[in-house]
Amino acid sequence: MPQLNPLDWAPQVIWLLITFGVLYLLMVWVAIPRIGTVIDRRAAKIAADLEAAETNKRTTEEAIAKYEQALAEAKQKAHAIVEEGRAKLKAETDAERAKLRKELADKSAEAAARIEKAKTSAMKDVNAVATEAAADIVKQLIGVAPSKADLEKAVTAARKA
Amino acid sequence: MPDPMHQFEIQRIVPLDLFGFDASFTNAALFMVIGAVLITVFIVFAMRKAEMVPNRTQSVAELAYTFVANMVRDNVGTDGMKYFPFIFTLFMFVLTMNMLGMMPYSFTVTSHIIVTFALALMVFIGVTIIGFVKHGAHFFSFFVPKGVPFILLPLIVVVEVISYLTRPLSLSVRLFANMTAGHTLLKVFGAFVVAMGVLGGWAALAFMVAFTGLEILVAFLQAYVFAILTCIYLNDALHLH
Repeated sequence: MPQLNPLDWAPQVIWLLITFGVLYLLMVWVAIPRIGTVIDRRAAKIAADLEAAETNKRTTEEAIAKYEQALAEAKQKAHAIVEEGRAKLKAETDAERAKLRKELADKSAEAAARIEKAKTSAMKDVNAVATEAAADIVKQLIGVAPSKADLEKAVTAARKA
Repeated sequence: MPDPMHQFEIQRIVPLDLFGFDASFTNAALFMVIGAVLITVFIVFAMRKAEMVPNRTQSVAELAYTFVANMVRDNVGTDGMKYFPFIFTLFMFVLTMNMLGMMPYSFTVTSHIIVTFALALMVFIGVTIIGFVKHGAHFFSFFVPKGVPFILLPLIVVVEVISYLTRPLSLSVRLFANMTAGHTLLKVFGAFVVAMGVLGGWAALAFMVAFTGLEILVAFLQAYVFAILTCIYLNDALHLH
C-alpha cells in the first residue's frame, strides 16, 4: 500500500497545509462574502417586500373602512334631507290648508251676516208693509183710520201668533 | 494484470527541500492545487453577476453555501456560524478532492491516510482548543456523563476519554478507507474488463458503470459525513453535550 510509506507523508502534509490554508483564505476573503451578500440581500428584499405588502393591505383596509363610513354617513344625511323636506312640505300644505279654511270660514261668516242683515231689514219692512196694509184694510172696512200705535200692537201680536 | 495500488503511488514532480523536510511538489500536491483553484474559480465565476434571481451556476454555488450553513446552524447553532468558513472550506475541499478522483487518470488526494489524518487532526486540535478556551477546566466534565452510577464512573471516564481521542482516527480512516476501497475495486474490475476479453468483459464493464455511480454518491456522502462530524465535534466542544 503506497499510502503507508512514511517518506511520502511530509510532502503531502506540507502541501495540504499550503493549499488548504490558501483555500481557506480565498473562501473567507473572496468566495463567502460574495455568496453571503447575495443571500442576505435576497432575504432582506423578500422581508421588505412582505412588509410593503402588509402595509399596502393595511392601507387598503383602512380605505375600505373609510369608504364604508362615508357611505353610511351619506345615507344618513340623505335620509335626514328627505325627512326634512317631507316635514317642510307637510307644514307648508298644512299652513295653506289652514289659511284656506280660515278664508272660507270668513267668507261664510260674512255671507251669514249679510243674510241676517237682509233678513232683519226685510222683517222690518214686513212690519211696515203689514201695518200699512192693515191700516188701509181697516179704513176700507170701517172707514176710520186706526191709530198707529194700535195698529203696530195688533200687527206684532198677529205675527207672533 | 496491472497493480490496482499503482494509482495511489506518489510521484515527485518537482523535488523540493524545506528546512530539511521533503516538500516536493508531488502528483498529490498538483491535485490539491487544481482542486483549490477549481473551487475558487467556480465560485467567482458563478457569482460574477450576483443576481437576485440566480442563474443555474449561481444557484449551485448558493446551494453549496446554504447546504453547509444549514448544516452548521442545525448541528452547532447560531454561535457556531463563526466557524462556518472553516467547515465550508473543509467540505468543499474534501468534496472536490473526492470528485476529482473520479476522473480517469487523476489522483485521489483523499485516498491517502496521511492527508485525511492531517485534516482530522486539524479538526480535533481546533475543536479541543475551542472547548478549553470556552469552558476552561470545566471542559473535562465532558468526559463525565450525567446520571452514571458512581461505581461505574472510573470505567466510563476511561471509555469516554478513549472514544474522544480516537475521533481523529475514526474520522480520517472512514474517508481514506472509502476512497481507497472504491478506487481499488474500480481498478480491479477495469482489469477484469480487459482480461475477460470482448465476450466476457461486458459484465465487468456494466458493473463498473454502476459502481462508478455509487462511487460518485460515496464521494459526496463522505465529504458530507466529514463535515457533519466536524460540526458535531464542534457542538460538543461549544455546548458540552
